[in-house]
Amino acid sequence: MAAVIERETVEHVARLARLRLGPEEVERMRQELSGILEHIELIQSLELDDVPPTTHVVALQNVLRDDTPRPSLPRELALREAPAVAHDGFEVRGWIETHA
Amino acid sequence: MSARQSYEPVIGVEIHVQLATATKMFCGCELSFGDPANTHTCPVCLGHPGALPVTNARAVELAILAGHALGCTIAPRSTFHRKNYFYPDLPKAYQISQYDEPVCLGGEFVALTPGGELRVGITRAHLEEDAAKLVHAGPGGRRAGAESSIVDFNRGGTPLLEIVTEPDLHSAEDAVTFFKQLRLTLRQLGVSDCNMEEGSMRADANVSVRPVGSQELGVKTELKNMNSFRFLERAMEAEIDRQIAILEGGGKVTQDTLHYDPDSGTLHPLRSKEEAHDYRYLPEPDLVPVVPDPAWVDRLRAALPELPVDRRRRWMAELGITFEDAEVLSESAELATYFEDLAARVDPKAAANWVRGELRAQLRERDEEPWESRATPERLAGLLELLDARTINVPAAKEVLAELIERGGDAVAIVEAKGLGQITDESELDELVARLIADNPEQAQQLRDGKEKVLGFFVGQAMKATEGRADPKRVGELVRDRAGV
Ligand SMILES: [Zn+2]
Repeated sequence: MAAVIERETVEHVARLARLRLGPEEVERMRQELSGILEHIELIQSLELDDVPPTTHVVALQNVLRDDTPRPSLPRELALREAPAVAHDGFEVRGWIETHA
Repeated sequence: MSARQSYEPVIGVEIHVQLATATKMFCGCELSFGDPANTHTCPVCLGHPGALPVTNARAVELAILAGHALGCTIAPRSTFHRKNYFYPDLPKAYQISQYDEPVCLGGEFVALTPGGELRVGITRAHLEEDAAKLVHAGPGGRRAGAESSIVDFNRGGTPLLEIVTEPDLHSAEDAVTFFKQLRLTLRQLGVSDCNMEEGSMRADANVSVRPVGSQELGVKTELKNMNSFRFLERAMEAEIDRQIAILEGGGKVTQDTLHYDPDSGTLHPLRSKEEAHDYRYLPEPDLVPVVPDPAWVDRLRAALPELPVDRRRRWMAELGITFEDAEVLSESAELATYFEDLAARVDPKAAANWVRGELRAQLRERDEEPWESRATPERLAGLLELLDARTINVPAAKEVLAELIERGGDAVAIVEAKGLGQITDESELDELVARLIADNPEQAQQLRDGKEKVLGFFVGQAMKATEGRADPKRVGELVRDRAGV
């Protein structure tokens, strides 16, 4: 009952992650991802009904902060990481579609 | 039956409100509107590697408060997820949101309409962070000739509450009614300023139509990001018409995301983001679960003030005022308090009329609000008592009101000082009427001939002669007696 990932699934995930994969890379990823799924199938074969889903490895909750302003970065410093700067902002390739 | 009448629209809405916190959802950057671009950022809201988000306690508190007002269950435990997509306004390439464990679940909001109640199921309300602002800059910038956009991260990371309703709305009008009353509620609770122009309240609507009587849901389309009541109503109307026309023509509605263009009044599909809905939610490892202390949740519920909708319902039942009066007078908590104070002192209907009408009209010219005016409920009550006792007439009352607004003081004293009291001496009025009839025999004859309009002429003359101090109703009666009609 080996997990099988289709090429189409790999291509779909690559598109979502904005990765351009060559045909050989797609095949390699298909095999590697299938291997990961097989490993998960192995875990699923265990009796785990009493184990709650674990999203965090530390048993912490309610780490909250007060709603008190702290200093922000000077703009020059914030923009230092920008690929390009224009009009005091991060300049990016044109996006016609509005997205509020 | 027209095509429109044989279909029933089915509408559900998703509303985003910006929470009224001082700082962002997951960092201490101050919230601002209109400040210079990129002056409120830090490694967290710029998505620098290694920067860790920490949840704003006040945002959680406001979400719980809103949840109580919406009759929701406050989740004993809620968690954050990453919603993955690529867009320049999202520096981490994911938005921190909530997925299967939102902070508020399953409520109901009851809006009031002139015809009764509008019950809207609330599916959920969850916390998330807003995206940054993207401004299309046109050709230019460093890459000469290339189209470019500018990103301003001041808004990035702003706390939002997304409220999702059940598809319980069946007309654009009902959707707007719900939306307006929800907005009023959130504003009065201080959850959000709900300023639509500044984008702190935005709505998406899922719209479908089905033949009347059908229980199945039609294919729905999503209308995105409408930020005014007018656009919201028009866009939904246009979409309902469009879908009915497609179905009547034998076609099929396709599941699209549509953008409403207010200039042309038409809907356009957004350029489809390929596989845009595959967000691959995954638990946010950088944020631990929120498990609100039940005592805190209870305290917030207990502190909930009377909601505007409940206040309206009570006023209509107990004070006997109309739906329209109740609607206008509960627009703000301050106005509502002003009105209640006045209505406790005089006839509530007269109170409603005067506050809605003359008081607001006179104050508008001075750019003042009733609750900041010198014409306090106590002073206005004094005036309305004089009017009720017919010590003064309506024009005189308006003059006294102007004086109360200008200088405050006491209505009785103003009436005396200005000599505005109505002539209560019957014989004085009777003498005046007799003289008017004698002086205007032609008009008197017309009145006897059944020309009712002429009555107004005599009343006008009497008001002129007494400088407005006559009771117009009594003058009318006397004219009829004297003229023998
Ligand atoms: Zn920040």
